[in-house]
Amino acid sequence: MAESICRNLRDGALEGEHAPALSIKDSIATPFGSDVFNYVLTKLSSNILAGKSQSQGIVLVAFSRSPSFYVDFLKTNGIDLVSAKKWISILDCYTDPLGWKDSLKGPLDTKNFSLKDPIEAVLFRHVRNLDLLLSAIIEMGEALAGQGKGRFSVSIDSVTEMFRHASLPSVANLLSKVRSHDRISSTFWLLHSDLHEIRAIAALEYLSSMVGSLEPMNLSLNGQRGDLEKLSLLEQNSRKGKFHVRFKRRNGRVRVMCEDFHIKQSGINFTPVSSEEGIINQGLLPKVQFNLQLSEKERIDRAKVVLPFEHQGNGEPMHIYDGRRSLSEGKDEKASVLTENLQTNEDSGKGEIIYFRDSDDEMPDSDEDPDDDLDI
Amino acid sequence: MDHHRSSSLLDEALALDWTQPRVIVIEDCVETNGAFVLHHVLKRSLALHTSSTSAVIFLAFSQPFSHYDRILRKLGCNLVTQKDNKRFVFFNLLTLECPDGDEGKTSGGLPSLYREIQKVIIALHDENRKSITIMIDDISLMEVAANGSTNHVLDFLHYCHTLTLEFGCLLVTVNHGDIYSSMERPALLLQMEYLADILIKAEPLSTGLATDVHGQLTVLNKGICEGQGNSRNRTHNFHFKVKENSVECFYPGTRT
Repeated sequence: MAESICRNLRDGALEGEHAPALSIKDSIATPFGSDVFNYVLTKLSSNILAGKSQSQGIVLVAFSRSPSFYVDFLKTNGIDLVSAKKWISILDCYTDPLGWKDSLKGPLDTKNFSLKDPIEAVLFRHVRNLDLLLSAIIEMGEALAGQGKGRFSVSIDSVTEMFRHASLPSVANLLSKVRSHDRISSTFWLLHSDLHEIRAIAALEYLSSMVGSLEPMNLSLNGQRGDLEKLSLLEQNSRKGKFHVRFKRRNGRVRVMCEDFHIKQSGINFTPVSSEEGIINQGLLPKVQFNLQLSEKERIDRAKVVLPFEHQGNGEPMHIYDGRRSLSEGKDEKASVLTENLQTNEDSGKGEIIYFRDSDDEMPDSDEDPDDDLDI
Repeated sequence: MDHHRSSSLLDEALALDWTQPRVIVIEDCVETNGAFVLHHVLKRSLALHTSSTSAVIFLAFSQPFSHYDRILRKLGCNLVTQKDNKRFVFFNLLTLECPDGDEGKTSGGLPSLYREIQKVIIALHDENRKSITIMIDDISLMEVAANGSTNHVLDFLHYCHTLTLEFGCLLVTVNHGDIYSSMERPALLLQMEYLADILIKAEPLSTGLATDVHGQLTVLNKGICEGQGNSRNRTHNFHFKVKENSVECFYPGTRT
């Protein structure tokens, strides 16, 4: 349903309604949220270029990656950046978010503001001032979308970074204003769920119309596993995982979908869920030297064992197998001269339960627990 | 002979290309000290064959210069000479104290430390020293110096990260995992793990103490080229034994 998300963002907002807002959540066990973010960014960019989307431009607020990373990434993923300045702008909150850098002479000045850069990147040095940040976003977006009613999209590559610089109410306020702005078509952002309090995550989920969470393929049980198991889980979780998406429909209904994802050299791939329950079950059994499970034959044999209770059996006299029967049977077969007498003697040597009833009224033993009728 | 081969397991796992920006995070605990990894990378940084183009900037919050000098001498590296040649720049930050309420300002404490480092790097760059390594030992003590402000430390690390991209540096940090074990959300530890391109965890063996094996190293290397279509993350796990002059790394069960 990564495709559904991208379609949703492409279609944008209806008049008078909030813009679709996507929250991408990951955790340290599957730290691939930025791959999903980049995937969504690429899809939206190609929709914009093809003229298929409501949005006419993207304002990318970059906290955790440099603008040049995005330039290289989009180029590598087949997005034509020739006319990029017309449809994408980057608000650079990565290079100098707090204004610590002096205007020292050096590669710093020339590198970031080169006119040769295909994408316009505007340096922003006051990330603690969210009002200023919001006005910068709106200004850049309106420049892309033009004077009329054209709309633009806003993407924030790390809301987690925003939370480091500002309080929950201010961040929530900014995001709320973004999604309710009448010139914003859609918005999406990334956060690391294990770095925030539950209420912060809940606030963001409330603001989103779509929540995409990445989860590991196998939930590891801490401490109980040996080193090799932990390592193989780690390896597996570094290559793939599950992508759960929750859609909030306009009528209030919630739809949950799930997909698998794989991390490749080129990026992230989504595939429908494969049934790997067998592997999960295997993973839960402790690895020991002996076999804990029964084979089919063993199961059948176990079902055939007749228990030495009077009520269980087929009406014949009960004999407990004491290990001597097969031996004496073997002897019987061998000794063809042996008469029935001998057999009878042998019979009496076998183990036998002789049960004398107390009275004939007594019911045969049953499996019911006689204490069942107690009302404790 | 032996330690060349065995520490090459660690080098293989790190797969360092000294011209590419990389963030290495070393996480250890009381039971298994990971300082030897730091010393190993330090030695490698200074022993590059293209020796005139490498340099190390060392931010020491934990130990004085003499400590590292003594250890690196045993590994066959003379820090005093390197310091004189300006290939080893040592910042003694044992007594650094950030002024209170430093977070909002851009002067004093960590911001000015950052600007000093930036100046040093620009100067080194001008002298054609292209393979620069910034080492921080250790992050938890930097947090102490910053009066417990995790955010301030993270801001500083963010700026160091911008330096790695701008100048193609290597950033190596050490953090102690068990300091944060009682916290539900150890922000500093997790942020470092997110930031890391290479995460090295030094842990004890799950089977307990042993005389021949001091612990195990798990190296998670993100962004490794493994050919078309393959996963770009690689995990390595091996055991190690720290000796007087070297460290021996070997796969579990291969020690005779």
